[in-house]
Amino acid sequence: MRELLDDLDRWRAAGKRVALARVVDIQGSGPRGAGAAMAVSQDGEVIGSVSGGCVEGAVVSEALAILAGEQPSRIVTFGYSDDEAFAVGLTCGGIIHLFIQPLEW
Amino acid sequence: MSAFDIFAAHVRDNSPVALASVIEGPHVGAVLVITPEGNIAGTLGDENLDRVVGRDAMGELEAGRTIVRHYGPQGQSTPEDLENTETVRIFIESFSPPPSMWIFGAVDFTAALARVAKVLGYHVTVCDAREIFATRRRFPMADEVRVTWPTPVFEERGQRLGPRDAVCILTHDPKFDVPAIQGALATQVGYIGVMGSRKTHAKRLERLAEVGISSPEDLARLHSPIGLDLGGRTPEETAISIVGEIIASRTGRNAQSLRATDGAIH
Repeated sequence: MRELLDDLDRWRAAGKRVALARVVDIQGSGPRGAGAAMAVSQDGEVIGSVSGGCVEGAVVSEALAILAGEQPSRIVTFGYSDDEAFAVGLTCGGIIHLFIQPLEW
Repeated sequence: MSAFDIFAAHVRDNSPVALASVIEGPHVGAVLVITPEGNIAGTLGDENLDRVVGRDAMGELEAGRTIVRHYGPQGQSTPEDLENTETVRIFIESFSPPPSMWIFGAVDFTAALARVAKVLGYHVTVCDAREIFATRRRFPMADEVRVTWPTPVFEERGQRLGPRDAVCILTHDPKFDVPAIQGALATQVGYIGVMGSRKTHAKRLERLAEVGISSPEDLARLHSPIGLDLGGRTPEETAISIVGEIIASRTGRNAQSLRATDGAIH
């Protein structure tokens, strides 16, 4: 999250709403460890990353839905699974759990 | 100041700080910011939960760990207490200051190594006793350039070096190498690399023996000649071989091509 601070400050100073997505857990092989973070502003600007680019697109949609109040802050899981709900996967075969919330603290 | 501002100020100052967030359970999204001294900002929604998580977060921060822990809504943590109660999952993130790399010797290899070390997030200090070489102009990428002999730097702040840190000695000059190696061996630093040809290395071992450094434990800590055997020549290639060796020595891997091995990659 260290590398996101300057942009987060800038966004907050500009009065923009921001969603923060953080990797909280990894099972199996994963490109970025727990703590990897990205942020999405209400107008769709993106900083940081949570994987090797495999799931960032899906994270942006989730983040915007949370900012719009369509979804609550929650844990979102990506990765190999039999469940069709997890359409977006990691090519490395791991599973990552992200926590996505509006940055309101 | 908001919890975020307090958290961001600590991270920017390179002072250690932990961030605990409720990721499941009541008050999801609430955060608590914890310093090593036990000062807290924010709340997880329950005083007792704040107290218990604060205490645990200090331990995680000390160890530099980032982890998810489970509690009851009032901070219950024993298996008996957690029965028949809602679970609160707390994500505890530790933010520690960046690792340090001290580079001795203000040579061309130093500039390349300092650049690569910055990419990896190190706080880089360049030291050389020669004033005309150890200048900010030659090493704008370093966080700090010091005109000094090795011994005073180690005496001043060698105790700060730990397993995540690195000392790279690139001088090739026994007058400088030997005290730098002595200084580094007296610390807890995780990586000590010393540049030089195999011939230089052999001569260096003799010099070290003269000052009483000959135990297998001490010599085993020295990566000399420094770097992985990549066959590179330029300062930049050499820098990559050095940081590659630092990573491999931390992970305990053999630094082969992945196609030559099997098993887990991470």
